Amino acid sequence: MSLLSNTATLLGKELRTEFRSRELLTTTVVFILVVLILFSFAISPTTEESREFGPGLLWLAILFAASLMLQPCFLREQANDTLSSLRLAVSDPFAIFLAKLIANTFFLLLTETLMLPFFAAFYNIPVLPQVHYLLLVLFLGSLGVSIVGTALSAISAQARMRELLLPLLLLPLLTPVLVVSATVSVSLLDREPVVQWKGVGFLAIFDFIFLTALWLFGEYLLEE
Amino acid sequence: MTSLTLPPTGLRFENIDKRYGGLFALRRVSLEISPGECVVLTGRNGSGKTTLLRVAARIVRPTAGKLSFPGASTETDANGRPGYVAHTTMVYDELTAEENLVLFARLQNVPEPAARSEELLREVGLYDRRSSPVRTFSRGMRQRIAIARALIHRPSVLLFDEPATGLDPLGISWLAKSLGEVHRAGCTVVMSLHGESEISALATRAVRLDGGSVVADTNSGASLHSILAFGGG
Amino acid sequence: MGKRIVFGVAAVLLVVAAAYANFFIAPTERTMGLIQRIFYFHAATAWAGETTLFVCFVANLLYIWKRSPKYDWLGVTCAEVGLVCITVVLITGPIWAHPVWGIWWTWDARLTSTFVLWLLYVSYLLLRSLIEEPDRRALLSALFGVFAFLDVPLVFFSIRWWRTQHPAPVIMGGSGSGLDPTMSKIFFFNVLVMHVFAAFLIVERYVLEKMKHDVDLLQREAEAQ
Repeated sequence: MSLLSNTATLLGKELRTEFRSRELLTTTVVFILVVLILFSFAISPTTEESREFGPGLLWLAILFAASLMLQPCFLREQANDTLSSLRLAVSDPFAIFLAKLIANTFFLLLTETLMLPFFAAFYNIPVLPQVHYLLLVLFLGSLGVSIVGTALSAISAQARMRELLLPLLLLPLLTPVLVVSATVSVSLLDREPVVQWKGVGFLAIFDFIFLTALWLFGEYLLEE
Repeated sequence: MTSLTLPPTGLRFENIDKRYGGLFALRRVSLEISPGECVVLTGRNGSGKTTLLRVAARIVRPTAGKLSFPGASTETDANGRPGYVAHTTMVYDELTAEENLVLFARLQNVPEPAARSEELLREVGLYDRRSSPVRTFSRGMRQRIAIARALIHRPSVLLFDEPATGLDPLGISWLAKSLGEVHRAGCTVVMSLHGESEISALATRAVRLDGGSVVADTNSGASLHSILAFGGG
Repeated sequence: MGKRIVFGVAAVLLVVAAAYANFFIAPTERTMGLIQRIFYFHAATAWAGETTLFVCFVANLLYIWKRSPKYDWLGVTCAEVGLVCITVVLITGPIWAHPVWGIWWTWDARLTSTFVLWLLYVSYLLLRSLIEEPDRRALLSALFGVFAFLDVPLVFFSIRWWRTQHPAPVIMGGSGSGLDPTMSKIFFFNVLVMHVFAAFLIVERYVLEKMKHDVDLLQREAEAQ
């Protein structure tokens, strides 16, 4: 199907471009690291408190990092007007969004996985026992962040003060993701871990709703 | 370029309006371009030439009116999609020439994308720079990769916005020769130009725009020379 | 013009009538006393705000579909009036809560989602101020408006289901549930009045937006020459 093959081709391009320069990945990893460290300077939690606050702080750091990481998403298509040549070439403009959001989810997830050992060390929270469930939550949460973030970055790329605008538009919209991901992560990393399937389901529904909205309205986001 | 059997395709603009916040960039433009014509659009800056080409390329959505391509094979066939060259290359600086062409070939379902890319790279004379990132290219080379990208899917309509900008006389000669070949192969060409040159000599028809409307057309009896001569920027 | 003046006067008179009813007709609530009277105004404004923002959502969808500028005018108008309503709710809430429960704020589902709603529509208006070309501004803000409105129920339920671990006073209590019949009637009268007043603000703001558009158009035409 043309949508899938276009998406695969564009995804290849997104990944190739990023892995060639690795600018975005390195800066995002360092940024989350810095934020996590600063949090522990500001709060200096005890070990027990770490378990309660740590995951929330991790998700906050992820959200901040994402709102920076998503800036170039559509901006880089403005340099040589490649957005126009893409729109000309693809059969369904949704392929452009799909490729970008999959790439963004992948980069976010990669960054988060790289951060996990540091997070475990700084906050004294063993993550290995529940790592598979944790990765599931990280995936669903990051997917939500990417779907909404990719859509909004298409909007902010067309406005002034876009560096400030994107976080301003993005962060309030992602409140549900922050609340649910943080809470589910806390109970996963508790001394007696519990998997909150209702929360996992909620994240999946969030992702589904916004993916559908992006599918319905995406082409208008790119219109001239 | 290479000899191709293209389904001859024309362009039909019916009462096209394009408004930007109340100001008309295009005002009731109706134009019928027959398959195989080589049309030059002239007019001052801001007369609507770029907007008209972008509407034809389907990058800009008209506020009113209808655009169609009489003779195009099918809606989904890549041949029905025009090739479009503008002021920027519309390719990725960080990718190599070859990677860019293969990307656009794949997106448009061109059979054997790698072979087709190689073919075009040779034709535009970029084959030995195929593995260099486009950001290292000179202005003339950028023009050539842009043309290669536009032609990758063998379009039957080619849209060209001020092709000669920034080219030296050698570049202009090469461009005139290439456009001539594309035209002879059956492609309908629409390009915006300022003044007369080797490139405008290829034209079978000229249309002058002013204030977003068509004000002169060789089809209505005006001479090619008079339309082109007035078309200063 | 004449109709608008009549409407305006009627709206203001209704608000005065509602205020009178709130302070002089409504019986004093047993536990909370005088301060409880603010509840009528507070909850009714909340309902009016929510209706207004729903109209904004519909206007946004209509603009995306039809592209007629009047839907854009309706959208920005409802966003502003809705935002005013929400601001009033966020201010009157704590005014009521503090004497009664001793706290200014709590992160319960209703309050938090109201606050996020406020943030979202502030962002909507901010986005509009940062895009100059009118058609782009209309389309992009309509798209953001749709996304924002879709988010609201998600925000509400995420807080309701995952953030009510500590017992929190339900500040905007079940409106109408178990209320004394007189109070009930007064409450619904307030709801009606606030909707009428919001409608009046919407009409006036809409007219202003249309005029702004016409002036902007003239200015652009003049500059083009």
